Formats: sequence, C-alpha cells, structure tokens
Amino acid sequence: MSVQTSPQPADVTPAPAPFLDVRDLRVHFPTEDGLVKSVDGVSFTLEKGRTLGIVGESGSGKSVTSLALLGLHKGTRAQVSGEIWLEGKELVALPETEMRALRGRTVSMIFQDPLSALHPFFTVGAQIAEAYRVHHKVSKKEARDRAVEMLKRVGIPQPERRVRDYPHQFSGGMRQRAMIAMSLVCDPALLIADEPTTALDVTVQAQILDLIRDLQEEFGSAVVIITHDLGVVSDIADDILVMYGGRRIEYGTTRDVLKQPQHPYTWGLLQSMPHLTGDVGERLDPIPGTPPSLINLPAGCAFHPRCAYKGWVHEGRCTVDRPELRPVSGTGRHIAACHLTDEAKHEIRDGVRKGA
Amino acid sequence: MSTTQSLTGQTTDRPTGENLLEVRGLQKHFPIRQGIIFQRQIGAVHAVDGIDFSVGPGESLGLVGESGCGKSTTGRLITRLLEPTGGSVVFDGEDITHQPPARMREARRNLQMIFQDPYSSLNPRHTVGTIIETPMRLNGINPPQGHKKRAQELLETVGLNPEHYNRYPNEFSGGQRQRIGIARSLALRPKLIVADEPVSALDVSIQAQVVNLLQDLQREFGIAFVFIAHDLAVVRHFSERVAVMYLGKIVEVADRESLYTRPRHPYTHALLSAVPEADPDAVERRERIRLAGDVPSPIDPPSGCRFRTRCWKAQDKCATEEPPLARAEGSPSGHLTACHFPEEPTLAREEDIVLDPALGQGLPIET
Repeated sequence: MSVQTSPQPADVTPAPAPFLDVRDLRVHFPTEDGLVKSVDGVSFTLEKGRTLGIVGESGSGKSVTSLALLGLHKGTRAQVSGEIWLEGKELVALPETEMRALRGRTVSMIFQDPLSALHPFFTVGAQIAEAYRVHHKVSKKEARDRAVEMLKRVGIPQPERRVRDYPHQFSGGMRQRAMIAMSLVCDPALLIADEPTTALDVTVQAQILDLIRDLQEEFGSAVVIITHDLGVVSDIADDILVMYGGRRIEYGTTRDVLKQPQHPYTWGLLQSMPHLTGDVGERLDPIPGTPPSLINLPAGCAFHPRCAYKGWVHEGRCTVDRPELRPVSGTGRHIAACHLTDEAKHEIRDGVRKGA
Repeated sequence: MSTTQSLTGQTTDRPTGENLLEVRGLQKHFPIRQGIIFQRQIGAVHAVDGIDFSVGPGESLGLVGESGCGKSTTGRLITRLLEPTGGSVVFDGEDITHQPPARMREARRNLQMIFQDPYSSLNPRHTVGTIIETPMRLNGINPPQGHKKRAQELLETVGLNPEHYNRYPNEFSGGQRQRIGIARSLALRPKLIVADEPVSALDVSIQAQVVNLLQDLQREFGIAFVFIAHDLAVVRHFSERVAVMYLGKIVEVADRESLYTRPRHPYTHALLSAVPEADPDAVERRERIRLAGDVPSPIDPPSGCRFRTRCWKAQDKCATEEPPLARAEGSPSGHLTACHFPEEPTLAREEDIVLDPALGQGLPIET
C-alpha cells in the first residue's frame, strides 16, 4: 500500500485499489413513519496519509456514514448496502466477529463527546490499556506502560500520575486528548473523527486539530474528519465532501471546493458564515428554510426548495430531475451535482461578488 | 515594550452618565460546601470577579471568552437571575443590584433575555401563543389590539407564521424555536436584551438567519444588546464593541475594529489565531499561537494576572501584581487592556508560538 497520495482523479478513473474505497454506500432505517434514507449512495476514496473532511448540517448523514465505516450498524435494524473496501477487504458484508478484530486496530474512532464515550467507572489508563490488550498479547504491565506513553504523546502532563485518574478528573480538552490516545493506541490505519472539536473551546480546538495533524504525519494514517465547521476542514483536510440530505452534492480538493465552490448549497454555507476579516456592514446571506426530512426528500434536486437559483435552469428541471455528479471543467477531480451550466454559475458568482 | 497607563477616572471606554447599563466591580462567587448535616463552606468558584463595563442605548456589546470564563454568569447577573456577590448593576438610572423580586419585575420590562438552548427555554406544555403572551399578562400590559393579535404580530416580526399561535414548541425546529424565544423577549419592547449564545445551538445556515433577524430588530427598535458568544466571528459581526473575558475578568475591551485588527492582550491574540477560517489562503497569512493546556480552575485562580499560567510573556511581575484594565500606550482611546506587557498592535508575527508540549515534537512511538 502506497503511503504517497494518489494524483489520480478519484471518481473519474478509479485509481488502482485505493486504501479506502467507499462505493454507493446506503444506510436506511425503517421507522414507523417510513424509510429514513440517512445515507443514499455515497462514494469516496481515501489514501493513507490523507485527510477527508465530510461537511454537512445536522441530518445530512455524515455521522451515519462514519458509523457505517466502523461497522456499527451491524446488529441493528439499519439496512446497509453498497461496498466499503478497506485495504482490499469488504466491510459491509463482513461478519461482526471479523469486524471486531478490525475495530480499534485498523479502523478507530474519536467521538464528539469524550465524557459519554469514556466509561466513568474505569480509570483512563485502564481504558486505554484495554483497547491495547484486545488486539495485542501483552501483559497488563506492558499495556499500562503503553497507555502512559500514549498519554505523554498527546500532551497530558504527568502521564504516570494521570493514568490512574478517572475521566471526570480530566478537563474537556484533556478528555479529548485521552480519547485520541485511546484511538491511536493500536496504530490504526484509518482514523475517523466525528466532530472531534465541537465540544471544545477555540484555543483547545486549535491544539487538538494540530495534534491530529501531527500524529497523522507521524503514523501515516488516513483520517476522515466529520464536521459542520468549514473552518475546521479548511484547516485540516485535503479533500472535502459536502453532503446534503444523505447524498453527495460536491466533492473535490479543499482548495477547489472552498475557492471555486460549484453548488449553490456550498455557496450558501460559505456566505452564511461571518468572518474575522472583511466588511462588517455586509449582511450575512443565509440559506432560507431548513434541512429536508430524510423520509420524504424533495423530488429532483434535494436542495431545490431552498435554492435561490432554480429559476436559472429552464423548465423546472430542478424539481423533477435529480442532478448527477458532474466533473467541473478545468479541475482534476472536483465534482458537483447541480443542473446549473458553467456559464450560469459564473454569472451568478460574479453578480454575488459585485453585489457584496 | 510599552507600559500601561491609567486614565484617571476612566475604567471603560464610554463616558459615564449617559449609559443604559453600567456594571461596576461586579462579582459572583458560588460557594462550595461540604458536610452532610452541617454544611460548611470550603471555598468558592470565582465565576465573575470584578468586572466593569457599560452599554449605551441602542448599542451592542459583545462578550466573548471560552467556557468557564464567566460570560454567561455575567448575563444572568445583569438580568438578576443570579444575585451578585459584590459590585453594582445600574440599569436605566436605577440600581438593580439587590432589588427585591417584586420591583425587579418592573425593571425586567425593559431588560429581557434570550437563552442559548431553544429546547429547554420554552415550556413544552404551553402553546406558542401562551409563551409570548405571558410576559405581557404578568406585567399587566394590555395592548390596544389585544394579546392574541399582538402575539401574532410578534410572530410575524420574527419571521414565523401567525397561524402557529396555537402550536406547541415540539412542532418547531431549533431555529424556529429560537425565533419564538426572540418573540417572547420582544413582547415587552425592552430597551436591553441579554442574548446568551443565541445561535450556538443552531446549524450554520440557520445561524445566519437568526443573526440577521437580531440585527434587523436592533436597528428597527433601537434595542441595546449584550451579546454573549464564544464564536469570535459572530460577535464581530453583531457587536460594535467587544469585551474579551478570561477566568472571571475582562482582559480587553475595545471597539470591534480595534480589537480584531490591533489586539494588545496576549490572550486575545491567542483566541484570534485559534479561530479556523474557511479560506485556504488565510492559514498562511495569520499568526499561529498554540497555548498549552486548559483554562485553570476558577476555584483557585492564579494570583496577579490570571492568564499568566498560559502566557508566553509572563514574568515575576505578572504573578504579584494584577494588571489594571487601562489604555495601553499606542492604543486608541477606548481600547483598554489588562496586561503588564501588551503585545504589538498587529496580527502579524514572525515566529509561531507553540506552547503545547505535544505539538511538533515528532516523538517516534514503536508498536
């Protein structure tokens, strides 16, 4: 497996066996009210040493995608289909026992809320050591030493002493560090971070993001980071996948997506955020309405009820025809799902810039 | 290195006398008790420890800081949902610091609050109409058009359908609930609204809707705001003046332009440099400061300057002497900084400051 990033366009021509290859992933939950299509046909690839940022609002299916990568929908009523290829192994059809062997060792996860993800009855050290002993035949002493070493690496002061502490004795930032130590203790090849810094303060968030980046360089893992904050992905991710209503609407490198966004929803996200620089008299330009229900997704483009530019596409195609992901001309592997023609997009973007 | 210089009799950037809200030396200490039958006090959480600020009519003051810095407690002290331990709060020419509840009700006509969590701040068993009308009924206000009509007007003002009058909060999304909370706070036509993290529980696209709504209301009705948030970009967008809090103290206060482009306090620099920007080019332009560890406990705050334990410029003087909130040399008037050794008034920096021991060490770990 190559550690170098692949320059191949991800969706246009499939690179020879990428490290992580998710193809047409679907996760549906049957409920009394109907079938909730949380994830509906998501594909992406990721190489070792690279970071993918999955961005979307609540209910866009980003967390459900991450749980599917860990196989955490097994044994629930969720209907998972599609393929997840990790190092040549298919995870969707993998039985739970085999998945358990991978979980924590090859794929591991950093959860959003470390207080509920850590067990309050066991010391932090014991929990990290347990994660290590599940996958390695070592003595308790060795596992404990490994836990101390990991705590030290993630920047917990006095790790020999703190390894005996319980989670409640840690502050929020330290708990998240302990979570990171636990997820990295087996040196996983794929690390999934589900909103790892949402519960943290900005100065601590900056420390944790830098730490994830440092550790990634050191361990060479692939990282999937799930967040609603475009600032965070801009900071840490190489690629961005924007999700809306359980589907991909835009996918490309961080620079392409943030600098040349192609989907009106991505425009909306960027324009609705206030900035630290620039004109303060400028009004924020919010996306009207609210995210759609995943039971009854709007026909055609799921974003059309909130889209200001559907008038630019003639004959109401947006309300009938679901737009396919199309490559953006002049870029390597930037794709977006929108009926707007390139000329229309240019005109709209120019108008927005002038009007601002 | 410049030295701080006190302006006589001026502890905030606004002249006294014409302010809607004046807060002087405000303190709140929450006692910590121990014991089963006989509880004795063994300490106190110094949530807010002597802060001064003022808000003029129609003005918006932003309070920013990380969790545990006392910004929410400050909001609750102003609205007297908490009883201050010390200091004074003068609202609309009246000292409301220790006003009894019956008389406080009168002040609250002009002093309303918007809460952070739109799920727990609305009574689930009351209809939207009841929620909005209750403040009017409690204060004996009878609008000429009647309570119901007025409530429906308010719903329309905040961008909801007047037909939602008879619905219950659970039928609404987070953004819509926050609008209901805003309609309730507007019901009495207040002069000042304390907004405690009004958008932090909402999705990005919805945040902008609510921020725009609050801004429109502020302009239309001339309401003054104390806008409490941890998001520096949102505060910058909404407030003309901004105060940065750290561990129960205001460390820097200035008008928005001055604070965001020429900060003087090291903590303000650290905060600004930590905010991630959704612009790949911004990463290279900005200074990079990574503090070590977390905010110290407010039970036993550090002596002298409270930021000194995480500050890269700390010296002996910082531990012994508390820096006053005053104008630093080179700052415009009205820009006050509580620091013995203020930073240069710029956001450019030659070298990164990385205090976190875990960062950049590249320790190899063998498996």
